[in-house]
This record gives sequence, structure tokens and C-alpha cells, in this order.
Amino acid sequence: MSAPKAGNLLSDRLDAELTPLLTVSGVSKAFGGLQALSGISLRVNAGEIFGLIGPNGAGKTTLFNALTGLYTIDRGEVRLGGLRLDGRKPHQVLQAGLARTFQNIRLFAEMTALENVLVGRHARTRSGVVGAVLRLPATRREEADSRAHAHALLQRVGIAQHAHRLARNLSYGDQRRLEIARALATEPTLLALDEPAAGMNPAERAALRELLLKLQADGVTLLLIEHDVKLVMGLCTRLAVLDYGVKIAEGTPDVVSRDPRVVAAYLGDEMP
Amino acid sequence: MKRTPPRWLAFSLLALGLALLPFLVDAGMGRSWVRLLDLALLYVILALGLNIVVGYAGLLDLGYVAFYALGAYVYAWLASPHFGLHLPFWAVLPLGAALAALFGVLLGAPTLRLRGDYLAIVTLGFGEIIRIFMNNLNAPVNITNGPQGINLIDPVRLGSFSLNQPHRLFGVTFTGIHLTYYLFLLFTLMVIFISMRLEDSRIGRAWVAIREDEIAAAATGINTRNLKLLAFAMGATFGGLAGGLFASFQGFISPESFNLMESIMILCMIVLGGMGHIPGVIFGAVVLTLLPEALRYTGDWQRDLFGHVYVDPADLRMLLFGVALVAVMLYRPAGLLPSTRRRREFADAKG
Repeated sequence: MSAPKAGNLLSDRLDAELTPLLTVSGVSKAFGGLQALSGISLRVNAGEIFGLIGPNGAGKTTLFNALTGLYTIDRGEVRLGGLRLDGRKPHQVLQAGLARTFQNIRLFAEMTALENVLVGRHARTRSGVVGAVLRLPATRREEADSRAHAHALLQRVGIAQHAHRLARNLSYGDQRRLEIARALATEPTLLALDEPAAGMNPAERAALRELLLKLQADGVTLLLIEHDVKLVMGLCTRLAVLDYGVKIAEGTPDVVSRDPRVVAAYLGDEMP
Repeated sequence: MKRTPPRWLAFSLLALGLALLPFLVDAGMGRSWVRLLDLALLYVILALGLNIVVGYAGLLDLGYVAFYALGAYVYAWLASPHFGLHLPFWAVLPLGAALAALFGVLLGAPTLRLRGDYLAIVTLGFGEIIRIFMNNLNAPVNITNGPQGINLIDPVRLGSFSLNQPHRLFGVTFTGIHLTYYLFLLFTLMVIFISMRLEDSRIGRAWVAIREDEIAAAATGINTRNLKLLAFAMGATFGGLAGGLFASFQGFISPESFNLMESIMILCMIVLGGMGHIPGVIFGAVVLTLLPEALRYTGDWQRDLFGHVYVDPADLRMLLFGVALVAVMLYRPAGLLPSTRRRREFADAKG
């Protein structure tokens, strides 16, 4: 199947065939007196590109942090496949198969692009101190595998030529791609991207769109926070809309964009 | 493949140089400088150990000397008349290193959430606690012999071959400090080797990732708790090893040798040489061990020039030392031999 069609196809079969991958039920989180998330529930199905939108301060990134173990949630439950994610530490959430990127890119600035991706392999490799010091055959094999894997990922996101440059010397768009490559190195079943297109020019956005569709075709489920409405509407199978820490709508882009509450809260009067 | 002959040649020359060094120094500068050379090697081990904690994992540890002290005291307890035990060095050194590693984890565990200056203060406290314990554990049961310290510690000895006596080997007379040099060199090379292998490994990359951005490291699947503890343990192991060697070398230890200044000195070696960069750390350790001794000559120079010592060399040492540190921080903030990560930009992919 061709990539652009995948979205429509998936939405058609939505209720009948798709299995839920990420299930968020009644998640709440307060910071002091501020209720950042109140009773958020949503379902991301395997294989879809799920968009999370909402005005600034709606709680999108807070939800990401809650899902990935950076925040402990006050109430509710998060499941990935059959696994409970809430209450786990970030590295355990990642081990379970949920990787993420950050809104304000968080690369290891003084490491090369290749090393950044190699760090992503950490969770899927095993060698310890003894293996590292003695360079045991198993360690050498693992290291070679990791390097091959990392090079392939850099190729896949289109920055293979920058493998040996320091992360901080990469262009903004390339840093975003590198962060995606690093997340992909952890072999996630669900990849959560926090505003991947922020600050990108139209050409970079188009390339990102292609990349995300390619990832979807390869079987990675995507959860996407994005402000670029055009990108979200064109790319996502389904959307959830947050406003003031409450989910106000969930559904296909068509349905969501016609929802009067969404129009009022987020899209404004400009949307048809 | 790499071009092997030049590398092989460079290694042989380096090995030859290191092997002849104590004799050259002995002939050219006198026996006391060979002793300093031994000490410099000890400090290289210490600095490389602290480099794992501070340079790689980015955890500012100001109590590192505690592990040095533990290694030294373990050696003294198990190989001196103090308890009447005289275990062989090959049993005692690993024990000291292991105990230091255990304490590294014990210190690391409660400080996992701390970073930067807060971590520095807690570790500084830990270093002082160990020293004060050593100073006071002479009553009601005499464990450390208090401020008097422990004397007559066994030298490194294998069978009847003892490192505190001269030996004639292959027609050359090796004095104790010459032999000690080779022993310390062996351990130093081992520590350098371990550091290099760790740096370029899954573990080393995880440490650097934690230093660069702890949250991103955790979100990239690194168990930051375990890896920080591992860094503390590895650093402490080297510290404990150096402590054992120091005890055997001096034959006498007391709590005075393990004060805060010592921790700061080791930290200075790393900062001055180039944090996280093995050649830089080695360079820093050697320079900072030898420099203060070299500055002693300024007393003689003053006497020759003016017929009188105007500035006590000891004072001058601290002054010049301070000026040197400030100058390095101003003009070479990354250290005298900083890590050349950028070189890799031009290197070709190997994997």
C-alpha cells in the first residue's frame, strides 16, 4: 500500500480490526493548585499516527511526561499493550517500548550524532564492565551490531553524512531528526514526538512528513504533539484535543475539526 | 586496516622510555625525584579514578580521598604489626579496592538525586567523616591507632623478593624505589587500559550521556541510578587500589595524609589536564605532583641571587599554584590537553 493512503485505510478499519496499543484511562496530575491534567482517557491503536493537539498550556507535554515516567501521575492508569506503565521509571517505560523526543531538543550535545544514536542502543544491549574492559567476543559483536544499526538509522532519517559531527553543530532540523533516530534506536513500539516540526522550514516539514509516513509503514505507532494544523490534519489517523488539562474531543481529523468545542477552543474562526 | 608499523614503533619507544625513565631521572636529578616519579604514578591512578566519576559521569565528588584512605587502611590493617596480620599484597590490594568500591556505592546511594554543588558538599562531608573516623577509632578498641597512624606496614613482597630492598637483576642494581616504580607503572597502565576500554563502550557512553543530560539519558533507556553507582564504584576501586599501594610504599599512614586538600588536589589534576580526557588527566596528575617539588628550587635560586630567601618556597608554591589554576581557567577552560572529540569529525566510519 502506498504511504499517503495508509492513513485513510486505517481510519476506515478503526473500530473493527485495530488493537489498542496505548490505553490511557483517567490520568490526572496536579502541580500544587494547578490541575494540569484532569481525567484524561484516550486510546492509540497499533499502526496509527495519533495526534495530540491543543492550545499552549493545554497539558500536552505534561501528558507526555506523565506517560514516559518523568512525572508520577496522581490518578489513573497507563497501559502499553498489556503492560502497566504508570509508576515506572523513565528507563523502564522505554524498555517497555515507549520512546519519546522532546519539545526543546535534548540531545547529548558534546557527543557525535553516531554516539547519540549508540546511546539509544543502550536499552537493547547488555555488555557490562567486564565485557567492555576485556572486549569479549559477545561485546565486540554487540558493539558492531549497534554501530551498524546506528548507521542505518542515521541513513533512515537522512543525516548519515553527519555521523561524526557533534550533535550541537548540527542544524536545527537535523537535530530533530537525530533525536528521532536516537529514539528509534531503542526499538520502540510507540514513538511519542513532542512538536517534531517546531521551527522547521516548509522543506524540512515535508521531509519530516515523509519520514513519519515511512515509520508508520514500517510498523511504528506514532503519538504526535504538533502545532502545525495542516501537518496534523493531513498526517494523523486520529486526534485528541486537550484544553486546560481536559480532553475535549477525540476522533478522525474530519470529525474533530467540525467539533464546535474544538473550533471554539483551538481552531478558532479561521477553520471552515 | 590501520598502518601498524609506525604505531608499533611508537609503542616500543614509549615502553623503552618508560622503562629507562627511573634510571635517567636518578642519574640526572637524584634519587628523590625517582621517589616523586613513584608518587606521580599513584596520583595518575587516583586522578583516573576520579575522572570516571567527575569527568565521565559528571558527578562532582569532593570526598574522593576517602576511598584512597580506605584502601590504605585496609592494607595497613592486614599487612602490619598493628593487628599482627601479614597477608600478601596480592590478597590485600584487591580487598582494599573492593571495600572502597562498596563504600563508593554506599556514598553514591543517598546522593543520587543531588547534582553539582549539593553533591560536592555531601561528598566533601563524607570525605571528612572517614578521616575523622580514622583519627578517632583508637578507643575503646584501637582500630586505627588514631592520629599516630599505623607504622611498619609491610612493603610489597613476593616470597623473599621484597620491594624495600635493592636487588641485582640481569647485572643491574634496582633499588626499592626503582622497583616500586615498575610495580606502580604496571598498575597505572592497567588503570589506563581499563579507563580507555570503558570510555569507548556502552557503559562509557551511558556515563557521558548522563553528564550531558540526565533526563534525556533516562528517557533514552539508561538506568541512571545504576550507572551513577557504577561510576562511584569504579572510581572508588581505583582510589582504594592507589591507597593500598601508597601504604605499602610509605610504610606509614596517618589520617593527616587524607585531608580535604588531597581531594582538591586530585580534582585540580583533572580540571587542569582536561576533564574526561585520559592523556589530559595523566598530564595534569604528573605536572601537579612534580611542579610543587620543582618550585622548591626557587629557594636556592633566591639564595644564589640575593644571598637571602625572601619568599618561602612553600608560600610561593601555593601562590604560583593559584595563579596557574586561574590562568588555566581563563585561557584554557577545557584544560591543558582537552579532549579532541572534534577530531572524530574527520575520522572515517569504522563500524
